[in-house]
Amino acid sequence: MNTTTAAKDTLREQDAGTSQYLTFFLAGEEYGVNILKVKEIRGWEQPTLLPNTADYVLGVINLRGMVVPVMDLRKRFGMAEIELGKMAVIIVVKVTHSGRGRTIGMVVDAVSEVYNINDEMIMPSPDLGSTISDEYVKGLATIQEKMIILLDIDYLINEGMLKDAGNSQE
Amino acid sequence: MAVNLDMSQFHEIFFEESREGLEAMESGLLNLNVGVPDPEVVNIVFRAAHSIKGAAGTFGFTNISRFTHVLESILDEVRSRKRGVTQELVDVLLQSVDGLRYMLDCAKAGAQVDENRIAAIQESLENLPVEQQPKPAGWQIHFIPRPHLLQTGNDPYRLFRELKALGNLFITPDFSRLPGIDKKEFDPENCYLGWDLLLQSDAGIEQIREIFAWVEGDCDLDINLSGERRQLVERRRRRDDESADALLESGRGQEQASIRVNIDKIDTLINLMGELVISQSILNHAVTDHDHDHDQTGRLKEIVELLEKNTWELQEQAMRIRMQSIDFTFQRLPRLVRDLCRSLGKQADLEISGGTTEVDKTVLEKINDPLVHLIRNAVDHGIETPGERKAGGKAESGLVEISAAQEGGNIIIKIKDDGAGLDTGKILAKAREKGLITGAEELSMSQIHNLIFLPGFSTVSKVSDVSGRGVGMDVVKRNINDLGGSIELVSEQGKGSAFTIKLPLTLAIMDGQLIRVGKEILIVPVLAIVESTQVKKQLLSAVAGKTEVYRFRDEYIPLMRLDNVYGLSSDLKDITDGLLIIVETGQQRMGLLADEILSQQQVVIKSLEANFQQVSGLAGATVLGDGTVAMIIDVPGLIRHCKGITAAHTAGNTALLPGIHT
Repeated sequence: MNTTTAAKDTLREQDAGTSQYLTFFLAGEEYGVNILKVKEIRGWEQPTLLPNTADYVLGVINLRGMVVPVMDLRKRFGMAEIELGKMAVIIVVKVTHSGRGRTIGMVVDAVSEVYNINDEMIMPSPDLGSTISDEYVKGLATIQEKMIILLDIDYLINEGMLKDAGNSQE
Repeated sequence: MAVNLDMSQFHEIFFEESREGLEAMESGLLNLNVGVPDPEVVNIVFRAAHSIKGAAGTFGFTNISRFTHVLESILDEVRSRKRGVTQELVDVLLQSVDGLRYMLDCAKAGAQVDENRIAAIQESLENLPVEQQPKPAGWQIHFIPRPHLLQTGNDPYRLFRELKALGNLFITPDFSRLPGIDKKEFDPENCYLGWDLLLQSDAGIEQIREIFAWVEGDCDLDINLSGERRQLVERRRRRDDESADALLESGRGQEQASIRVNIDKIDTLINLMGELVISQSILNHAVTDHDHDHDQTGRLKEIVELLEKNTWELQEQAMRIRMQSIDFTFQRLPRLVRDLCRSLGKQADLEISGGTTEVDKTVLEKINDPLVHLIRNAVDHGIETPGERKAGGKAESGLVEISAAQEGGNIIIKIKDDGAGLDTGKILAKAREKGLITGAEELSMSQIHNLIFLPGFSTVSKVSDVSGRGVGMDVVKRNINDLGGSIELVSEQGKGSAFTIKLPLTLAIMDGQLIRVGKEILIVPVLAIVESTQVKKQLLSAVAGKTEVYRFRDEYIPLMRLDNVYGLSSDLKDITDGLLIIVETGQQRMGLLADEILSQQQVVIKSLEANFQQVSGLAGATVLGDGTVAMIIDVPGLIRHCKGITAAHTAGNTALLPGIHT
């Protein structure tokens, strides 16, 4: 059911041969998500607690009248927790889930850059072992000698977060 | 790929429109009288089938268009009066509607159609014996020409000759207006005669009117169905005037009257409206704070007040977009009653009123199942067999009434039958047998009646095909409670039962009581609150060392500490500092322990499912005046949850089961 966005992606790639990725930092590592999935970037605000959910679900925020859940990517990936402060940023992304768009916020350490990345530059990721399941990683790209981990955000949120986020206490 | 994408968008519209077409066909068929079909209704059914056939062909659903073609040709024969309407015909046509619906569902889901099932229906369609349209009793025509008719060059005799060409014509002249020939006012060039004509013909009213077209302005003309045919039509008219009107309305005027809009767009609009209201209240606040005796401030205040008024109105109107008439649900019920009666060998009429009452779309979707269940029950358990009814001095055919009306912020749906009523003896015996009551209690009539709402209760000893499939009245009640509504029952043995359902008009807005637990603000629906009280330690006790119960007016109710339920940290040092909010759904009560009770306000309910998923214990969230999000407590859910715990801890001790005490 993801045809609309998929079609857009294809078009874009055909036009320029590249896609744009927004990158951000998590514990010193740089991650990228396709910019077409990103709705907006917001400063940190304390979300309202959402009881009976997984620990990486920080709560919900009010996005112009819409109630949007906020996920902590560090917690989700099992990285060391830091105190979320002024520097932390919420990246609001829109993913498609069973034919319906869902808007979700992800807390990251800081936003970095927007890069044009050609498909040919994306290398398959090696076995990443324990921390991040490699299903969530689309591939790795190297820009200015830095490695960027490109995330498959649809898969990460649908399969890796929403599926087991709720009712953890039941 | 782009082409595929576009087609699939149109498919959605096709499915939606076909579904509406099928509904029009179904209600048309139910309105079709055996023997004397109303041509207008036949036309509606035919048109619906015709457009489904056309559209199915266009979109490449060949199996649907092929099947509809067979259906259409039969309808065409009915339309052109080559085929009479029999009970068998109506039955098979209704089956075909079901078949079409099934094929559409399959096409929508991309599933394989069970060809045998369709072939069977198609076969019975093709093998329908052609019953000639019975000769109708005919038309009664009352024709009184104005005196000057003959001077316009018209001759009644010619009219009669043309009428005669349509069938048998019986002419009775009416001399009543003839002045005496000897009178002075008699003018030989005037026509003083009138005629009563009886035309035995299956011609339509249009054909007759056409004959009289030239003289229409020069006479009093009254054309009526005669004899039995008229009685039948009139009876039908009287009975479902409203639904017939609605049917014609939906057949004709829908395109101009409404447009199809994606529900997401409406919800976005409503969301933004909610935001606007919040911005408005912030602005109000800012202006009020700004209380200098400036001329301009006064003017500013006026503008802000005006804006406020407009904003509220705008929000109200935006909310109304989601409202739909309850007829969408009611429409399906006549078919249900008809089918039930046929399979149970009973006779019952369904009377529908108030179908135009508007309800929120979500309420509408969720009320369907409970209503179907109640109607099933009314026909299955309520209405007696014709023989029993006759013996009881009632008309052989039973009556089930369903009505809807708006009362304030609620919609009231009443379902009434004139059947046997509830058998209190049977209910009591059953409740004892199932261990729902101990047998020692003295129960009032209404308490006995309310036992049927308890889980695991069903008086029918043998599970019939119709009701009693394990889904009982408790589920009906729970569904209605979940919608924030209530259900009441009045029944008199031998006279019938009446259920009254009260539902909120919309699920999008409710009155909320803000409470505080630690740092968090939670919202309790005001409708669910019985009262709030200070905690008294002597009334508090524990069961099995775990569950806390509180004595509230001679009744033990479970107490829930909200900080535990929701994993919050309360800042109560002692339980007596807290406040207990007694809530109830239906007949079950529970106390919620909060740190503080704040203000009451109207809140717009936002679903957590939209971007996340359902969270147990929460009915949703809302955005408060300061822009922060607050959670809405799911009272029915909590009560169910806590009942589970209480039942587990007090197994065997029925005295603690809520529901018996109230």
